Amino acid sequence: MVKKITLPLTDETLKDLKAGDEVLLTGVIYAGRDAAHKRIVEALDQGKSLPFDIRGQTIYFTGPSPSRPEQPTGSAGPTTSGRMDSYSPRLIAEGLKGMIGKGMRSSAVRKAMKEHKAVYFGAIGGAGALISKSIKKSEVIAYEELGAEALRRLEVEDLPVTVVNDIYGGDLYQQGKARYRIA
Amino acid sequence: MRAINVKKITSVIARLFQEACYHLPEDVLDSLKQAREVEESPVGREVLDRMLENTDVSAEGEFPLCQDTGMAVVFLELGQEAHIIGGDLHKAINEGVRQGYHEGYLRKSIVRQPFSARINTKDNTPAIIHTDIVLGDRLKISVMPKGGGGENMSRLAMLYPAQGRQGIIDFVVKTVDAAGGNPCPPIIIGIGIGGTAEKTLMLAKKALLRKVGQPHPDGEVAELEKEVLKRVNKLGIGPMGYGGRITALAVHAEVIPAHIASLPAAVNLQCWCARHKEAII
Repeated sequence: MVKKITLPLTDETLKDLKAGDEVLLTGVIYAGRDAAHKRIVEALDQGKSLPFDIRGQTIYFTGPSPSRPEQPTGSAGPTTSGRMDSYSPRLIAEGLKGMIGKGMRSSAVRKAMKEHKAVYFGAIGGAGALISKSIKKSEVIAYEELGAEALRRLEVEDLPVTVVNDIYGGDLYQQGKARYRIA
Repeated sequence: MRAINVKKITSVIARLFQEACYHLPEDVLDSLKQAREVEESPVGREVLDRMLENTDVSAEGEFPLCQDTGMAVVFLELGQEAHIIGGDLHKAINEGVRQGYHEGYLRKSIVRQPFSARINTKDNTPAIIHTDIVLGDRLKISVMPKGGGGENMSRLAMLYPAQGRQGIIDFVVKTVDAAGGNPCPPIIIGIGIGGTAEKTLMLAKKALLRKVGQPHPDGEVAELEKEVLKRVNKLGIGPMGYGGRITALAVHAEVIPAHIASLPAAVNLQCWCARHKEAII
């Protein structure tokens, strides 16, 4: 059964999410990749304020393709999350509750998710055209000079994702692989 | 000598990259549909359905299939009796990339000084250009918008000759296992065997241009491809790494002679969204 969730994520919502659950997200998320993460962490290190209040928020690891004039966004599928691994634990400690991407996370990120109650969702890589249909509005809110890597605020409706890492330490990649692996 | 004007090359390159980014080749689509039929994992089937749905949305709306429209890889097979006129060939190719990525609303993903400043070149240039001189008076152009996810999982192994066939199989399987869901499975696995370090990597990439699942004409190589595919699909990684039977759609290997001291092997991984497009001028 597909679970419908209205953002922002709350501790109450997260309690019900298990690795493998299919979820439709509606609300506001932020889009950023490596370069934006680097700047966010630098800002935190320098004690500067962030372009958005990260507490309770969800970040989507994506750098959309340019949008055509009549469309809210271009293609917007997930990028490989592992490249954000060195930044994510810091953001989770600051209150980040959700991440959306593709591919496995480091043990440090998984530990931080369990400790601070945050989740990691997987989106389908390469399905950027389909996913873009769930994005109703997109605006660059910081680091515009980074082009495709700028930080964006997205309004999404029924964005289809799958829970990969839940707050209990569950990991869909490990569970799925174990189920279908033939030694 | 047959004259080919660079202006023609620019316009063909611009068109090919746009078409490649909106429409998957028929053989790739067929292979995905076949995977959907045999995948046992319900989540895996669901993922494959979404992938196929994405190819429709993309083709109808002229939306790039994937936001990562890649680094612009261009393969040229230039007939030795063709004469390029009207300007600089490489400049013409880069101009085609510039125009195609701009007109087609494709993402500009290239940064210069990659080890430090990483400043976006804003037009997706420079292209990566590989040229073979061949017989004839034609120019065959193959474009491959190559995304970062699969490319980052490429590996090179300079094996000892004693490691032989088994050494190659183990190396490829280990590489795919370690990559997990990162390269967006189900993947196509390009393998290069023989030559030198750089040549075997080239072979692995070129192998990806082959029609999906078409076996190598040499029976022994075809057997190797078959065995690697069988082993890889026992890993359990499945579509997007969520668990399943279909981790790879196909394995393509290319082999050339090697030095008596060497057994070079390379792996280049292609995501399920295997975009490429060809034209002959």
